[in-house]
Amino acid sequence: MQSVVRLILKRLGISLVVLVGVSMLIFAIARVIPGDPARIALGPNATVEQVEALRQRLHLDEPLVIQYGHFLADLARGDLGISLYTNRPVTADIAQFLPATLELIFLSAVLMIVIGLPLGVLSARYRDTWIDSTVRVVSILGVSAPSFVWAVILMLLFSYFIPIFPIAGRISTNFVIPDVTGFLLLDTLLAGNLAAFGSALSHIVLPAFALALSGIGQAARLTRSNMVETYDKPYIEMARSYGFPERRIAWRYAFRPSLIPSLTIIGLDVAAMLGNAFLVEAVFAWPGLSRYGVAVILRKDLNAIVGTVLIISAMFLIANLIVDLLIAFINPRIRLSQRAA
Amino acid sequence: MTRTLAILARNPLSAFGIVLVALVVLGAAFADVIAPFPEHRGAVVDFLNFNKAPEWPYIFGTDLVGRDLFSRILYAYRISLLLAVVVLAVAVPIGVVTGLIAGHFGGWTEAILMRITDIFLSIPPLVLAMSMMGLLEPTLVNGMLAVTAMWWPWYTRLVYNLTRVEKEEGYVLAAEVIGASRVHIIFREILPNCIPAILTKMTLDVGFVILIASSLSFLGLGVQPPTPDLGSMVAEGAKYLPDSWWLTVFPGLAILVVVFGFNLLGDALREILGVDQ
Repeated sequence: MQSVVRLILKRLGISLVVLVGVSMLIFAIARVIPGDPARIALGPNATVEQVEALRQRLHLDEPLVIQYGHFLADLARGDLGISLYTNRPVTADIAQFLPATLELIFLSAVLMIVIGLPLGVLSARYRDTWIDSTVRVVSILGVSAPSFVWAVILMLLFSYFIPIFPIAGRISTNFVIPDVTGFLLLDTLLAGNLAAFGSALSHIVLPAFALALSGIGQAARLTRSNMVETYDKPYIEMARSYGFPERRIAWRYAFRPSLIPSLTIIGLDVAAMLGNAFLVEAVFAWPGLSRYGVAVILRKDLNAIVGTVLIISAMFLIANLIVDLLIAFINPRIRLSQRAA
Repeated sequence: MTRTLAILARNPLSAFGIVLVALVVLGAAFADVIAPFPEHRGAVVDFLNFNKAPEWPYIFGTDLVGRDLFSRILYAYRISLLLAVVVLAVAVPIGVVTGLIAGHFGGWTEAILMRITDIFLSIPPLVLAMSMMGLLEPTLVNGMLAVTAMWWPWYTRLVYNLTRVEKEEGYVLAAEVIGASRVHIIFREILPNCIPAILTKMTLDVGFVILIASSLSFLGLGVQPPTPDLGSMVAEGAKYLPDSWWLTVFPGLAILVVVFGFNLLGDALREILGVDQ
């Protein structure tokens, strides 16, 4: 157990170092752009005095290192500055839009696991049959289109031609749900409003699928290739000669060793989803971080851009930390290493 | 050669991938000859034929100002492929050299280089490119720059992992014993053994660079009109769903076809060159 704790602390330390690095990188990118950031943010109609005031507020006249120092000091107090686009604290803006994005990503990750892994197992178990080929084609197709293309195709098929899912938004406007967690699927249940829960669920299905498709493909391919290797191992042959049913061999003996690499790839896919959510949200008018993110990027709103990128990267590092933790608990070589020593 | 053909014969999907890639590359290269309306690549207006559903001679239909979608897709392929080639031509050498150095030297060099790589890899790829594109002006060259900035670390990590395995091999030790220089060992002994894996990844990445670039322009952060671009064509057409479905479906499928093709080709190459996943 001690080794697990030490591993977690070590990973936590590395994540923190990386996050500081991310803040430097994005800060540098935001500050070395050509032109005066204050002038760009305020537009050509602003007066010289207004621009000078903003330069003062953003500390733009001081050296880059000092500017970064100001930024870090503010960050330590949980302050990411004021958005020039909404005129509100960046943290308040992000807090408002983040839950919708996280809800979408969480559901997509669930879909990726409950569909992608079994598809991979199926493919490996029926290796070199038509099932295997079908899964292979489907999973390569999944990774071959950007999620906005899947979003448009799913919307066309299941909102217009066969109108079973709504076109846009998170929930029908006739439901008023008290905002507790910001996650509508939870809030509707907390309010005990099943009709509203159904509405929220039907709104999230298509966006979540569009976002999950490439991850499903990757998880299936990786699980298959790992399991195919495992199937050649002698202990599988032994299990067969004992007369264990194929289903049990597949899940209990061949699948388990490939769970760890599959989890690793799922961690990476969550990172891709954090970016791709921008595309899916744009298609389904999903009121998440995307519209805000694109708006602040187009407005060159420096504080908001730095804040948004930093938060998204933090989400990614947390997701990977969770994956590392799961792996540490699953992998007996890590979990038991202390006892064996 | 016979082995290559045998692998392809056993695997019709790989052969299909080669056909798809060949069609896209030839279509882009000879767009001037193949496109029924080559002038529609630019800011042409033909209000007599605007927003037409697919019908001869507009096999993919026309857009809102009457331009032939098929012609525009061919020219969009040309720009996408050019962008992918330039991005990889810059990103791969940077990634390969940093990966070789980090893997071979170890110690502080390795720690610093790999942490920098980690930093780049922990900003979701699309988000990094989006921020850069937003802060710079959205032009083709800046698009290439933004995608390159997010792409090289993947090659650093790949080559780093390969180098760490290779440098323990007997042939590297032998070269060290006879007093070969570090430069010789890195570039003449280790690098050639990494080439198959790099080539395979590059083939797959042609598709993925096109995918990311189209995502940027879908969000309005890429190549600007009237230059034909698959991503912005989908974004423009999505406003007119479901009635003018061809405006989104054909550019969308065009992205799918090229990425699917390079994926199958990459898989085939992996098998032919014997690269582990």
